[in-house]
Amino acid sequence: MKVSVLVRPKPGILDPQGKAVEESLRHLGFAVGGARVGRLVDLEVQASDPSEARAEVERMCAELLANPLIESYEIELAEES
Amino acid sequence: MTESRPRVAVVVFPGSQDDRDAALALEALGAEVAILWHAERELRDVGAIVLPGGFSYGDYLRAGAIARFSPAMRRVAEFAAGGGLVLGICNGFQILCEAGLLPGVLRPNTALSFVCRDVQLRVERTDTPFLTRCEPGQRLTIPVKHGEGCFFADAELLTELEEAGQIVLRYDGDNPNGSLADIAGIVNAEGNVMGLMPHPEHAVDPLLGSTDGALVLGSLLDEIQARTPVPA
Repeated sequence: MKVSVLVRPKPGILDPQGKAVEESLRHLGFAVGGARVGRLVDLEVQASDPSEARAEVERMCAELLANPLIESYEIELAEES
Repeated sequence: MTESRPRVAVVVFPGSQDDRDAALALEALGAEVAILWHAERELRDVGAIVLPGGFSYGDYLRAGAIARFSPAMRRVAEFAAGGGLVLGICNGFQILCEAGLLPGVLRPNTALSFVCRDVQLRVERTDTPFLTRCEPGQRLTIPVKHGEGCFFADAELLTELEEAGQIVLRYDGDNPNGSLADIAGIVNAEGNVMGLMPHPEHAVDPLLGSTDGALVLGSLLDEIQARTPVPA
């Protein structure tokens, strides 16, 4: 089962990378603000049903993919074909 | 009769850089150093473990996030849980935070640039095994060299750290990375695990501009000797 995990810096947490991207975009003439840079992790998960896959990925997030002090995450399961 | 030297293990991860400098500095201060490859678990008769600086696993995902799964880290966690002395320098500090052996997390420097220079530190505690050779309030000159040294904890955790006296070193005046409350080094609640971003192993010889790092590493060696039972 294909699963995507979107990891974001939590609101209020300073994101130097986002700030650098935003400043660069402004240098290029784009009127932008609020740039935040996160991380996308695509996974192939062995699971018999979506809820099992979701539970498994929840554990992956807690143990490795996100640091709960500074990051939030969203889990997205691909539509079943 | 041979005098026993304090034994210290220095763990080497793929991407560690300062393991040999740490070993050299510790040996110069009288220690016997055992290099522990990250895939090993065997650790015999050491009084302390040092996690050196560098870029373990290329800092992939988050600095220190992958190294914490090394077999050697399981041993480090057991050692720390048993009261063993563990010192994490720079990347070692990041690994200890990711492993949950120290609170908080180290984030990219707020100024977005890698910093590599001497900084002034203020000693906040001298009753920790890692700083006994210092005077309270003493200023130390020790270099930093990192891109992710900005210590962060939420307001609740920061209050907890302040109240428990777990902040043992602060940047004095010049905060090189935007670290919260000028935090340069902390200890765990039990006091046997310390992490700091500055590199004491790079400040142990007058040729390097400062010998203040020897106060930190020397304190650690003193504590090992103090804990070692004298053979009858």
